[in-house]
Amino acid sequence: MEILSVKGVNKRFGGLKALDDVNLSIEQGHVHAIIGPNGAGKSTLLNCFVGRLIPDTGSVTFLGKDLIGAKPHEINQAGVSRVFQTPEIFGDLTLQENVMIPTLAKRDGAFTMNAWARVDGQGEIRDKAMHMLEDVGLAEKKDMRADSLSRGDKRRLELAMCLVQDPKLLLLDEPTAGMSRADTNNTIDLLKRIGERGITKIVIEHDMHVVFSLASKISVLAQGTVIAEGQPEDIKGDPRVQEAYLGGAHV
Amino acid sequence: MMTKISPRSDLLMLVLFTAAILTMPIWLAPIGAGYPDLLQKFAIFGLFALGFNLLFGLTGYLSFGHAAFLGIGSYAAVWSFKLLGMNPIPALLFSVVFSSLFAVAIGYISLRRSGIYFSILTLAFAQMSYNLAYSVLTPITNGETGLRVLQSDPRLFDSSSEASGPLISNLFGIEMTGYSGFYFCAVLLIIGFYISQRIFRSPFGMMLRAVKSNQNRMSYTGLNTRPYTLAAFVISGTFAGVAGSLLAVTDPLAGAERMQWTASGEVVLMTILGGAGTLLGPILGAGLIKYFENIFSAYNEQTLHAIFSFLPDFMEGAVVSLASLFVGEGWHLTLGLLFMVIVIFLPGGIMEGFNRITKLFRRRPSRVGKRAGHSHSPASANAAE
Repeated sequence: MEILSVKGVNKRFGGLKALDDVNLSIEQGHVHAIIGPNGAGKSTLLNCFVGRLIPDTGSVTFLGKDLIGAKPHEINQAGVSRVFQTPEIFGDLTLQENVMIPTLAKRDGAFTMNAWARVDGQGEIRDKAMHMLEDVGLAEKKDMRADSLSRGDKRRLELAMCLVQDPKLLLLDEPTAGMSRADTNNTIDLLKRIGERGITKIVIEHDMHVVFSLASKISVLAQGTVIAEGQPEDIKGDPRVQEAYLGGAHV
Repeated sequence: MMTKISPRSDLLMLVLFTAAILTMPIWLAPIGAGYPDLLQKFAIFGLFALGFNLLFGLTGYLSFGHAAFLGIGSYAAVWSFKLLGMNPIPALLFSVVFSSLFAVAIGYISLRRSGIYFSILTLAFAQMSYNLAYSVLTPITNGETGLRVLQSDPRLFDSSSEASGPLISNLFGIEMTGYSGFYFCAVLLIIGFYISQRIFRSPFGMMLRAVKSNQNRMSYTGLNTRPYTLAAFVISGTFAGVAGSLLAVTDPLAGAERMQWTASGEVVLMTILGGAGTLLGPILGAGLIKYFENIFSAYNEQTLHAIFSFLPDFMEGAVVSLASLFVGEGWHLTLGLLFMVIVIFLPGGIMEGFNRITKLFRRRPSRVGKRAGHSHSPASANAAE
């Protein structure tokens, strides 16, 4: 079943054509990787999915709901969560609070005037958040400020914040960028484990090791267009893909 | 380590706070601040700063026009006196209604921007209110003379009472001046503190701190930040309105100078001095500034000579002339220096100072048994205490 459908999306920044008639179809339960050289338009495309950017033309529909012009919080409430290239977390708050907030957002919606209840009375929410922190291996640090975490831990925290909402679609923007090999492998393991929950994922990634160990389907983006699409094995041997990645070196 | 926040510790805090506020006339007497007029100011400006802190301390939105609500609250209260009589209860209700309505309107527009632009927008609204009160709105505000209650006003419920002399607000016969006036303000300060404490501990309060921390993440987490900030703005503006109405209750007169930008700036100073984002800090800051304003400014050369009379004559003269720079008219200099020292060395205000001191005392005995692996920095819960 198709969960996200992208049709004829164009986006122009001044004279630069960032996205040129992009068509994508994301199937439920898949891990769909979008790869491509720097400046291919991968992040721009992702920004069009979560309401950060509005495409000039084209349509993005998520489970039949039109996402063009929807606000970021509405898109999230519909079931799309996103992990950013540089982790977006609540730096001044504790890890536990960081995970409780998305849990509350999932339960209570975009706005609730819940000013008379107590945070420490929300046992169910706290337990759910703590389970999630255990899942990503951060339970011991629950009372630390999120700011004080290492970069790898921040990413895991952000992932926990997204996963605790049980999203229908999870967008991962370079989940291992700037990580050591060990951290990268940990993250791959973690992503594989959460893969068992059956969450559909879109992964943007530079690291081919990560892509080939996670993805069930790959789209290759170059200069704003999808130049190839298919199973990981097909993509590996595709001459157009090699051209896109290595071609620049000859010129 | 940090104290766990629980319903019980909060109740204890509230009880201690109540006791401390109600006994203020006793324990503030030795430092010369135990007289009713100043005590009333402590309570009223404490409430003002408490409300300001709900916006600035939690969401980080720095309003530079909160005095507008103080003024609106005062005018609403005096109008309630004029129309309905001298009872402070309807005056409070009037102020709550009007200040919250204005807060909705001003907040709705100002919160479209954040950071410095938000501050400028709120400042513009406050200065606009201030200037309008002096010009176009004179029929409502009585311009420069200030709005006061007259014998000829309708005063629906107590027009029959033949009061001689100035009209004074009274709660079913208790006149709202002197100590009874202070206790009326103190009760409202305690109620305000309780509300503020509930908000700090609530999921709503946690969301407000999330606004301060990262609005981007908030919206990608499915939360609409706008209604959260607007709710905080309105609650905060209403606190200011109630404080303004208390100013009118203890002295039934409302003037436009209450809305001037200096008054807006003062509440910012109070909050930062005491510790923005802490529960008690803003009240301490308000107390400190009002103390300086009333006590330090009252010092003159004679009192200084009396204080330094133990020094030999040639030194006394020099010390007194140096010290006189900092008192009397010069109290602003003392306040300015104090503010600079606090902002530079204790950016978290007086409350950070307290926390550092208690930490020093707590660390020593517990240091021995603690393993190095557990020395995680205590998190923001500290700031919320």
